[in-house]
Amino acid sequence: MTQPDNFGFTEEAALLKDSARKLLAEKFTADVLHGMVAGDPTPERGPALHWDEALWAQMQELGWGLLAVPEAQGGVGMPLVAVAGLCEELGRAAFPCPLLPTLSASYLLGAAGAGGEAPLEAIAEGATASLAVSDANGSWDLAQTPVECIDGKLNGTACFVQDIGKVSHLLVCARNGDTTGLYWLAVDAPGVDVQADAIVDLSRDQGRVVFAGVEAMQVCADASAAFARAMPAIWTLYAADMVGAGEWQLQTTVDYANQRQQFDRPLGFFQAVKHQLVDVMVDIDRAKSLVYSAACAWDTEPEEAARYAHMAQSAASDMAASASSRSVQCHGGIGFTWECFVHLFFKRQKHSQMLWGDGPWHRARLASIVMG
Amino acid sequence: MSADQQKDTPEQAEFRAHAQAWLAENTPEPPTVRLPQSPLEIMTTDQLSYLQAWQKSAYDAGLVGCDYPVEVGGGGRQNCQRIANEEMRRARTPFMPNVIGLGMAAPTVFYHAQEELKQRLLPKLFSGEDIWCQGFSEPGAGSDLASVQTFAERKGDKWVINGHKVWTSLAHFAEWMILLLRTDKSVKHDGLSYFVVPIKSALGKGVTVRPLIKITGETGFNEVIFEDLEVDDSYRLDELGKGWQVAMTTLAHERGAGELVTPSSGGMKSESTHNTSAMALIDLARRTARNGATAAEDPLVRDQIMQQLIREQGLAENNRRGRVTELLDHPMRLALQNKLLMSEIMQDSAGIAMDIEGAAASLYLGDGSAPDGGQWPMAYMNSFGFTIAAGTSEVQRNILGERVLGMAKSK
Repeated sequence: MTQPDNFGFTEEAALLKDSARKLLAEKFTADVLHGMVAGDPTPERGPALHWDEALWAQMQELGWGLLAVPEAQGGVGMPLVAVAGLCEELGRAAFPCPLLPTLSASYLLGAAGAGGEAPLEAIAEGATASLAVSDANGSWDLAQTPVECIDGKLNGTACFVQDIGKVSHLLVCARNGDTTGLYWLAVDAPGVDVQADAIVDLSRDQGRVVFAGVEAMQVCADASAAFARAMPAIWTLYAADMVGAGEWQLQTTVDYANQRQQFDRPLGFFQAVKHQLVDVMVDIDRAKSLVYSAACAWDTEPEEAARYAHMAQSAASDMAASASSRSVQCHGGIGFTWECFVHLFFKRQKHSQMLWGDGPWHRARLASIVMG
Repeated sequence: MSADQQKDTPEQAEFRAHAQAWLAENTPEPPTVRLPQSPLEIMTTDQLSYLQAWQKSAYDAGLVGCDYPVEVGGGGRQNCQRIANEEMRRARTPFMPNVIGLGMAAPTVFYHAQEELKQRLLPKLFSGEDIWCQGFSEPGAGSDLASVQTFAERKGDKWVINGHKVWTSLAHFAEWMILLLRTDKSVKHDGLSYFVVPIKSALGKGVTVRPLIKITGETGFNEVIFEDLEVDDSYRLDELGKGWQVAMTTLAHERGAGELVTPSSGGMKSESTHNTSAMALIDLARRTARNGATAAEDPLVRDQIMQQLIREQGLAENNRRGRVTELLDHPMRLALQNKLLMSEIMQDSAGIAMDIEGAAASLYLGDGSAPDGGQWPMAYMNSFGFTIAAGTSEVQRNILGERVLGMAKSK
């Protein structure tokens, strides 16, 4: 199969992206975000959970949560390229919600075969989910899965579970004899202990989940094929989120550089500032183009999906770091304050940058594909 | 079937089939002379004749000037040059020698010259019979192009030109020059006018071309001195005092943002020219020893090469996204990045290649032990021609900051 030149980005996809952008621009501007999440500046402020559940419910009514659920299970089954467009807009608003983890779980469930059908139906009916797959080092390598399934019961501790305070369900990786399988359960199931993390990023929440003899539904006994298929989609969505957040950082910083006067001129007059922001734009554009190409590859050329997703994640992750550092720096003193909104995006980007593998990690894997 | 072919219209599909069939039979044999790395370094008439013969045969087969009207010597087709370029790249044909003619002069003449002049100039430009050069930069006006001082004084229907142009690639072979000059000293931008000038016929009679030697040891660019050269007013493009606007047409095409696709963007590779892509770096790294293993096994080398691969793929995907209007926030945002990205990618790739070669990167063209015949050090040095010419990378960043991001103009 070959890739369509327009990434398969249809009128429907454009409509979804556009409507998300308008909705968020109207209802969730950066000052709303700041008002909602930045109440407590204390460094040792403890775990927090701030979000607009009513607005999220509205998004659920629009069907955003079930975009990655196949039609057969009651979902919409949108191409990844369309879903990536939506995630870019959520990133642009740094909107706190469980969409990314729920989509991630959907892709993994969809790739897991028949066992994934019932959980997908639940997601189609409004369930939300997060992946409990990482160990204390942040690795989601199946050989190092931190949870074990013995006699149908889960034991162990999964770390870095995203938006854990917002989701109703968990999709867990657990060793099961010689293989590692996938398990589905409600967050409030008996024996599940959620311990929220105190994190830098104010637009998300995160935690560790301790399983003590927890009963769960087995989705599949061996998750390796499902991971191989789903991870490129998950990388692509987080990369899209970083691209959207990068656009906010760029536009906001450009506006500031155009407005702020120093030495009788706007800051943006000076090449030392202008060139940095152009480099950020170039980084964003590269990452954005690679995100759509990765999504398109996943949709149309699955055997090439990992190669393109590694490129997109590497570019997006490096861009997230550069856009963050430049947006704070170019704001000068005000950029170093809590009152300036820039820190919200800075923190979300630094979180995303490392979450599913940083740039060097993805390039090392890309190199083994390309160079052996 | 390639992705390119999927969306061809019936007319384009027929044209592509013609191009493929013709190229299968007519891609020339490698030359017996060493070819330079790009058309800008053509030094000898042997090199030029080989490349000129190639351009002529490609033009005769309809692969050059495809999208220009038939009346001016074009193919009268719609969006077919891109296809010709794709097929020429695929066939690994040599590059076209008349790069400035095709890339810069042709669209400028087409958009700004009188009909009669277009019909006279363009067919020989497309066929490569007339090589063109560009008289823009001066010793005192490079990046600040609007400061050019070469002056033309009116004398009836004629103009008398005096001045000094520099960095003029291919002037040593050129019949024609596109020339930006000053017709009014009292105003800056509005004092400029734009001419096409037959320089070869005026050599020794008001025009002197002196070669400049590049950092690589090659020639290929020159300085051109005008001393009381008389040219007819009919060689002026557009109105008097509109030279800056005409120059903007030239520059838009030079920076890859013009609408008329030219073969300068295609057919650029041949076996004998050097390829600075990430794949060539991988190949080099596999052949290079380092600390008891190959450089291809060194994690830092691998990371550097992958960064280059991602930048190259990013540029290709930018070009792809540039055709999807729903995914663009600003119409020129991607197009204006092209020249900057391409030139910096080439430079960094060649620099990485030299790092991979290590001590062997000290060996140059004449040395029998030089890896790849010493092409990498030359490519690295040559790459500065691309980050400096046609608006330095610094100027490109200004343009992007000002035109796309709306920041205040740097003066």
